[in-house]
Amino acid sequence: MSKVRVLVGTRKGAFILTSDGKRENWDVSGPHFAGWELYHLKGSPADPNRLYASQSSGWYGQLIQRSDDGGKTWHQPGTPPGEPPAPGPPKAASNKFVYDVSPETGKPLTTHQFYDGTQHPWEFKRVWHLEPSLTDPNTVYAGVEDAALFRSTDGGENWKEVSGLRGHGTGPRWQPGAGGMCLHTVILDPSNPQRMYIAISAAGAFRTDDAGTSWKPINKGLYSQYIPDPRAEVGHCVHHVAMNPRRPGVLFMQKHWDVMRSDDAGDNWKEISGNLPTDFGFVIDVHAHEPETIYVVPIKSDGEHFVPDGKLRVYRSRTGGNEWEALTKGLPQSNCYVNVLRDAMAVDSLDKCGIYFGTSGGQVYCSADAGDSWSPIVRDLPGVLSVEVQTLG
Amino acid sequence: MIRVILPPHLRTLAQVHGDVELNVSGPITQRSILDALEARYPMLRGTIRDHGTLQRRAFLRFFACEEDFSHEPPDAPLPDAVASGKEPFIVIGAIAGG
Repeated sequence: MSKVRVLVGTRKGAFILTSDGKRENWDVSGPHFAGWELYHLKGSPADPNRLYASQSSGWYGQLIQRSDDGGKTWHQPGTPPGEPPAPGPPKAASNKFVYDVSPETGKPLTTHQFYDGTQHPWEFKRVWHLEPSLTDPNTVYAGVEDAALFRSTDGGENWKEVSGLRGHGTGPRWQPGAGGMCLHTVILDPSNPQRMYIAISAAGAFRTDDAGTSWKPINKGLYSQYIPDPRAEVGHCVHHVAMNPRRPGVLFMQKHWDVMRSDDAGDNWKEISGNLPTDFGFVIDVHAHEPETIYVVPIKSDGEHFVPDGKLRVYRSRTGGNEWEALTKGLPQSNCYVNVLRDAMAVDSLDKCGIYFGTSGGQVYCSADAGDSWSPIVRDLPGVLSVEVQTLG
Repeated sequence: MIRVILPPHLRTLAQVHGDVELNVSGPITQRSILDALEARYPMLRGTIRDHGTLQRRAFLRFFACEEDFSHEPPDAPLPDAVASGKEPFIVIGAIAGG
C-alpha cells in the first residue's frame, strides 16, 4: 500500500504529515525543533528514510538536522545525541557554512549589490533549501543566503562551497530581494548528472553542465522593470523554478512578476502568464505524470503579499501555460489573505497526482485529484515556509 | 567549577536541564568558558559564536554579576565570583521581537 509523507517547515518548527494512498486521513507529528524556523526539509530519493532539515534562528544561527528513520528521531550530523565527543577538538561542523576562498578550490569573497545599490560584503545567514542527491543519500546540496551553493558528501557532517557559482563573475550585480539574497532553488537533472539548475533572488537562474565547476546565467527572455536594464543578463528576481524529472529540458518559472517557461534548458524563456488574474507569485510546480500541467498560486502584488480578492485559488494550466483555470473547490473563497511561499508547494507521484501547499496562515492543503478538489490536512500550524512530499512504497 | 546558564533553546539542543557546570583551566574569560562549553557540548558550536570568526552572535548577550560583558574583549578576565562558581556566566538572547 502506498503512503505519502509530507514534510512541512514552519516559522516555529517542523511537522510531518503521513497518510495512506487515499490521502484522506492524516497523522500529524510535531512540532520538531519547536520554536525554530525550519526553512526546508527534504528526503533523499535514494533512501526515503534519510531526511535533511534546515533549522535556523536569528538568535542562534544555522543548524542542520538529519533523520535516518523517516523523521522519528533527528540528530545534528557528526554529533549524535548521547555520544561523548571524540578525543581532540570537537568538529561539529554540520552548521559550518564558510565561503571557500582558498586558492586551490575557492573564489575571492567579493561584494554584491545591497538594497540601496551600494556594494556589500557576502555574509552567510541561513540555509534556504536542501536538495539531496538523486542517487547517494550522503550527498546533499544546500542553497544559502547570501547566495551560494554548498555540497556535503558525508551526510551533512561537513560542507564545502561549490564556489564556481558565487565566483563566476556576475556576483557584484546580484542583489537581495525582500527575503534576502537567497539561493532557493536547486534542481538536479536525472538524465545528466553533470547538469544542475539553481535560482537566486535577485540574480536569476543559472546552469552548470560540468557538475558545478562552471556556471552560466540563463535569463534570456526575462524582463524586469526593477533593474536598470530590464533585459539584463543577471539581476532578475526569480522566485522559483520547477521541472518534471521525466522531461528535464523543460523548465517553468515563477518570477517576481511573470510566469515563464523554457524548452531549451533555460537558454531562452517566454512568458506564459496568459489569463492569470495576476502573474505575481512565489510557487510553481508540475504534475508528476502530465508534464504540460502546471500549477501556480497568484498573489496580488509585490506590495500586497496575499491572494487577490480574498480568494485562495490555485491556477492550473493543462497546456503548458497561457490558458489557466482557477481551482477553488474546498479552498476559502472569501476573507482569505494568506501567502504561499516559494518552497511551499509539492506534488506526489501517485495516480492520481497529489498536490500540496502550505500558507502563511498555517494551513496545509492537499488535493488527491490533481487539483480538482482540496481539503486541509491541518489548519492552524505556524506560518508555513516549505512543503515537500515523499511517495513511499 | 564554572556555572553557565544557557537560554532554553540551547539547553534543548545540548540536552541539559538547569545550569551547566564546567571545569575550565587557566584564566576565566569569555573565550575560555565558551571553549570549554563547546568542547563538552559540540552541538553548540556556531550557535553562540560564529563558526569562522568566533565573534559573538549579534542577538546574544553575556551577563554576569549583574553586569553586561557582551562588549568586553573575549580574553578579559571575568569577575572572581564567576571564576569561583559563586555567580553564573549567563548566555541570554537579546529581547527582540516583542
